[in-house]
Amino acid sequence: MFERIKQMIIKEFIQVFRDRRMIAIVFFTPVMQLLAFGYAVTTDVNNISTAIYDLDKSYESRELVRRLESSGYFNIRYFAGSPDEIQNLLDRGRITTAIQINRGFSSNLKNKRQTEIQILVDGTDSNTATVAMDYANRIIMKYAKDIGVQRVEPIKIDLRTRAWYNPDLRSRNYNVPGVIAIVIMLTCLLLTSMAVVREREIGTMEQLMVTPLKPIELVLGKTIPFAIIGFFDVLLVTMVGVFWFNIPIKGPIQLMPLATAIYLLSVLGIGLFISTISKTQQQAMMATFLFYIPAVLLSGFMFPIENMPEIIQYGTYINPLRYFLVIIRGIFLKGSGIAILWPQMLSLLLLGIIVMTLSSLRFRKRIG
Amino acid sequence: MKFLRVKAIAKKEIIQIRRDPLSLAMAFMMPVILLFIFGYAITLDVNNLRTVVYDQDRSSLSRELVAEFRESGYFTVVGYADDHRDIDKYLDSGKAQVAVWIPNDFSKNIKTGKNAELQVIVDGSDSNTATIALGYITAISELYSQRIKGGRITPLIDPRVRVWYNPELKSRNYIIPGLIAVIMAVIAALLTSLTIAREWERGTMEFGISTPVKTPELIIGKLLPYFFIGFIDVALSVIMAVFVFEVPLRGNLLLLAVLSSIFLFGGLSLGILISIAAKSQLVASQISMVVTFLPAFLFSGFMYAIANMPKPLQVITHIIPARYFVSILKGIFLKGNTFKFLIFETILLTFFGLVVFGLANKKFKKRIV
Repeated sequence: MFERIKQMIIKEFIQVFRDRRMIAIVFFTPVMQLLAFGYAVTTDVNNISTAIYDLDKSYESRELVRRLESSGYFNIRYFAGSPDEIQNLLDRGRITTAIQINRGFSSNLKNKRQTEIQILVDGTDSNTATVAMDYANRIIMKYAKDIGVQRVEPIKIDLRTRAWYNPDLRSRNYNVPGVIAIVIMLTCLLLTSMAVVREREIGTMEQLMVTPLKPIELVLGKTIPFAIIGFFDVLLVTMVGVFWFNIPIKGPIQLMPLATAIYLLSVLGIGLFISTISKTQQQAMMATFLFYIPAVLLSGFMFPIENMPEIIQYGTYINPLRYFLVIIRGIFLKGSGIAILWPQMLSLLLLGIIVMTLSSLRFRKRIG
Repeated sequence: MKFLRVKAIAKKEIIQIRRDPLSLAMAFMMPVILLFIFGYAITLDVNNLRTVVYDQDRSSLSRELVAEFRESGYFTVVGYADDHRDIDKYLDSGKAQVAVWIPNDFSKNIKTGKNAELQVIVDGSDSNTATIALGYITAISELYSQRIKGGRITPLIDPRVRVWYNPELKSRNYIIPGLIAVIMAVIAALLTSLTIAREWERGTMEFGISTPVKTPELIIGKLLPYFFIGFIDVALSVIMAVFVFEVPLRGNLLLLAVLSSIFLFGGLSLGILISIAAKSQLVASQISMVVTFLPAFLFSGFMYAIANMPKPLQVITHIIPARYFVSILKGIFLKGNTFKFLIFETILLTFFGLVVFGLANKKFKKRIV
């Protein structure tokens, strides 16, 4: 039995890598994806392009502008001369925020009269807009406090906030471990589902069926090579994450191989399942995407699960990515070990066994 | 170029598409499913933050503060901790994202007019949620301190904020127009990237080559049917955006249709180019993933602001067509942009389409010689 599986695995490797470009693709695409996510996906808001419309042109107004700029959040790119100009800049998307300082700003301040500042925000990107408004408010209030003789006693509550696990609030630290999870999912899904369908499409499946290979050996032979590739990809992507992006590993990294193995069980099971419902490679590719995109979006990778409607939250329990994300982020960022992560690992294992069994049964029926 | 031959190729392709109804169904399901997920399931708005409270003070003032957190609607109190180790446990296991610790001299300090300390710990691993949570917490504690002192502080400067284009700051309005661009980029590539690779693989390409069909005729003939599928997808997405998700469509529908066609032409040509270059379907599928889906999703400004990316990456985003289509869609939907504002994007999209189409022709000629 082992001999037959071994031969099957060797054949599979030959087939995948016969096209030399596949070597590059299998190992290059995960790294590309990691680099893309690592650099592009920052939800940190800074460099907000801003226009200033300063009607006051006083020392005070310039000081306020200087403070906005030196905060690092606002990148002042235009000094507008008229409201029309601001309108135009916003319409063209050149700026996200416009700040208008009215005439009389400095004289009001000197006379301790309340004075207004207009802040215009492009709400198209609601997330950036919220954060930009918050920053602008804070900077202006701070300025008001600093220059004004405070008319009221200082705020009584001394708020001390700390962020754990990721004190600098770098979104990269949060994203990179997640990318490891989604990258291997895509690679393994596509490879497994298309490799099986390809044999059917070309007609070599019949040849395999007349060999003494048993169905279970066929399943193993079709999944083990891709599991091995998956492991390599995890290793590669983890190394890039740690050495290139300096992502901290706070927990027991030796837990990773076990967690990856459990995770791959479900992923390969799903890939096998897609291969049983697809007749052509095009179908397999479409079906893979149809599964993959919702799985990524509804996993907590970018969007917190607790903000989703309740029905969908229940649906996420059958998403293997959901569990693996908790495990991998726990290991990297929180330093959690098996004592904390065992519920996720157990759920993932159960899910994997169920998916794999169902897919194998279906696969057997298809070829039998 | 003969129209008759283009028509014949297109007809053949349509027969082939119809023979595979499952793929066709999936091509139409993709935008519907994606729009539903983004419209209903996903929001970038942060609320229901799981919060654990460690109240050492146990006074009416501290309870009022906790009530303030709860009533804000942003925080859900999931438990009360009895000591510091409890807080650790809650945060480590992810049961809580925020911990509020009220020290035992809290009410005494407030009553005697001293500064009362309030400690808040936030799980920073999701930096976005954490940043927003910190903003809420600061606002709540300021409100509270104003309230217990009685009366409001009138600050010297009164910032008046107005939000344009999306006054309620609904993340749905922001995401859905951009999402249509991403969906189209992906579908365009998925549709065409396998067509020629499949013919190479099955050996039917030789038949095609032996006919008098010229390269541009073949490519246009193959593009046409998929262009219609893609266009139906666009229409489907726009209808859903407007009628199901009530995203305001402030601009001109015809302009939207014309610019979408230009984008589709480029996207489908790119798929064909990949298909010609790859020769095998497995390779083609992987390449199209990397050159269409990822850039469209990450570098188009659909969700992640381009201004926040490192400078070299910002330069690279200029060669990604989805970037222009995202700003076109957001402009037409939310800002009601007219053509005058979108000339730059249109020129670049057209240029991209023509270059890719030309490359596909050239590459194909080389292939068959």
